[in-house]
Amino acid sequence: MDEMFTAADAAFRAEIRAGLEAEFPPELGRRAAAGEGLSREDFVFWHALLARRGWLAGGWPRAYGGAEWNPVQRHIFEEECCRLHAPRIVPFGVNMLGPVLIRFGSEAQKAHYLPRILDGTDWWCQGYSEPGAGSDLASLRTRAVRDGDHYIVNGQKTWTTLGHYANRIFCLVRTATEGKPQEGISFLLVDLDTPGVEMRPIRLIEGGHEVNEVFFTDARVPVENLVGVENQGWTIAKFLLEHERTNIAGVGYNYEALDKLKALARQIRRDGRPLAENALFAARMAQVECDLEAMRITNLRMLLEAQERGDPGAAPSMLKIKGTVIRQEINDLARRALGPAAAPFPSELLDSNATHPAPEGHGHLAHDYFNNRKLSIFGGSNEIQREILAKQLLGM
Amino acid sequence: MAFQTTDERRMLGESLSRYLLQNYDHSHRLNVAYTAPFHDPSRWAALAELGMLSALAPEEAGGFGGEGLDIATVFHALGHGLCPEPALSAMMALRVLMAAARPVEALLEGRERLVLALGEPGGGSGLEPPETEARQDAGQWRLSGRKSVVWGGGAAHRLIVSARHSGGIGLFEVAAEDAQIAPYAMIDGGGAAEITLQDTVAQCLLEDGAAALADAVDHGLLALCAEAVGVMDQVQALTADYLRTRKQFGTAIGRFQVLRHRFVDLVIEIEQARSITFLAAGQMRDLAGRGRVLSMAKALVGKVARQVAEESIQMHGGIGMTWEAAVSHYAKRLVMIDHQLGDSLLHLERVAQAYRAA
Repeated sequence: MDEMFTAADAAFRAEIRAGLEAEFPPELGRRAAAGEGLSREDFVFWHALLARRGWLAGGWPRAYGGAEWNPVQRHIFEEECCRLHAPRIVPFGVNMLGPVLIRFGSEAQKAHYLPRILDGTDWWCQGYSEPGAGSDLASLRTRAVRDGDHYIVNGQKTWTTLGHYANRIFCLVRTATEGKPQEGISFLLVDLDTPGVEMRPIRLIEGGHEVNEVFFTDARVPVENLVGVENQGWTIAKFLLEHERTNIAGVGYNYEALDKLKALARQIRRDGRPLAENALFAARMAQVECDLEAMRITNLRMLLEAQERGDPGAAPSMLKIKGTVIRQEINDLARRALGPAAAPFPSELLDSNATHPAPEGHGHLAHDYFNNRKLSIFGGSNEIQREILAKQLLGM
Repeated sequence: MAFQTTDERRMLGESLSRYLLQNYDHSHRLNVAYTAPFHDPSRWAALAELGMLSALAPEEAGGFGGEGLDIATVFHALGHGLCPEPALSAMMALRVLMAAARPVEALLEGRERLVLALGEPGGGSGLEPPETEARQDAGQWRLSGRKSVVWGGGAAHRLIVSARHSGGIGLFEVAAEDAQIAPYAMIDGGGAAEITLQDTVAQCLLEDGAAALADAVDHGLLALCAEAVGVMDQVQALTADYLRTRKQFGTAIGRFQVLRHRFVDLVIEIEQARSITFLAAGQMRDLAGRGRVLSMAKALVGKVARQVAEESIQMHGGIGMTWEAAVSHYAKRLVMIDHQLGDSLLHLERVAQAYRAA
């Protein structure tokens, strides 16, 4: 496979590998690989490590402190991070708001906010979905009404991932109610300390706290926090969603999960032999490995095409659907492999004196299975992706 | 990254596709694919002139290709044009002749058609060790046994036959007129034959033919995967066109979400099939590693092929069930590719076997 990369790609990979191996603490990788749940400090530490090397904002232009990597380089970087089980980069500031500000922000906004993303001063979260506006995002109803130098914001956002770690939120708000729903939307930056903004946790299916709902009650937001033009936020919203879907394939993370599954299937016994030798189980692992191996190439092909055309086209939607389905299949096999040992509730077990009955590092597989049902729902559900693709492929 | 095919390959693929489009239109194809000799001998020569065969051999053997991506390019074009010519068999025979250091000019120029006779009755996948026996009698090799579903067997001038002998599995050459050959059409068009050998005079190409046989099968697997992707590309185009134009309930059926989403799923799987075939094509020089990748490819392509075939027929409705519709013939080819050189289950099992050793 190495021949698919150029010599320059290989040199880039060597540089990344050497840098990460020199600085990345294996203990953090071990905890991440074991699904132990990372703290805010872990993410802050990881961001700071990358920022020191100029690797945090791989896709940003150099002028703004980015590394200006091309899509293939960003892919290589992700692969190398996965090799060490490094945490994911928290995307909200670096991969979502950053590109939005660079494209649509004022000079003052860029100068103020971009450095604060890189140095960790700001942790952003996303205020897109609402209780009544999920896939149909344009029907959002959180209102922002102009009052002198401020907008008065009222409404509710939901599914705000890691909002409890954040100090700021970027929001889509309704600034006009006439015309098509898409026409009255604006993109607004809000300080979470603003009076009238309240965040409440949503407990998820597996018991964890990952997402939140955010309530706005007469929250006063300075007008200079508007990004781009009032009522033209839909363009920004779509731009961000496309960025969100780049690299969504998560190929490296899927390989990490598959390798872990294979190792587990060699430790678990069935009929006196390793589970990996059970014909039906091995066949399902083999099928998902075929799918993932193909997906790795699909991802590279599409990265290359995107690089040549300068536009990802329909590829992200395709990669999102396939990548999430593969991941969910791996999660299903992994929890299955454990049998009864998948059952202990991780957070409750911590409070008891019991040791986990699963092989070490595999205690979170039922948790992962349930948690990762989100993959085919968020970032534009897989059905929404199919509509995007159908429109492109059929022209109707 | 360098897996883009070269300009030469792009031109070869385009010229083959163009030729097939002009010379194997639906009705002509149906004529030749189901009537003896189950292919079009005049167009075989023309395809050879366009480089269909020379692209399968490296320069030192008198060709201009022979790399995995050359083979993939040729067979993708043949699949796209649903070409019934016995090119797969010819390429597998070519691999054996090259391994035996035999001349291949006549084959590459399209003057002589050779086929590899591999399968036997009751042999399942066609990949079982042969029961056909070879023995030496006063310095003359003679073969006895039956070869079954030999692709292109009725159109061959010479047969390359696998047979066991006291020292292992050998590869032998038999003149077509020395064997009893019973040719017939296959359900997806093109010809095959049952071949009976009874003390049939043969020339030994390789007494130890196991490696050459495996090499021929490996290249055959790649060719079948690439052909399947070519067929799928055409099925995708035909199905998209149908969804856009067929009207029911007063609107194009391509506006119905259930069909839109199923169509998208097909397209994603077709891209996956293309990717794994690309990967296999790029690894043909890796003798130790290519077997696993080829099995992954054949397993995935076979699974996708069935899905594409069944879904495209379903989306075409009654029309997809007719002999008249082109899509039905493409769909048949997709299903039957899984009957050649091991189906998706056989190859999935091979992929799974690796978990045992690890």
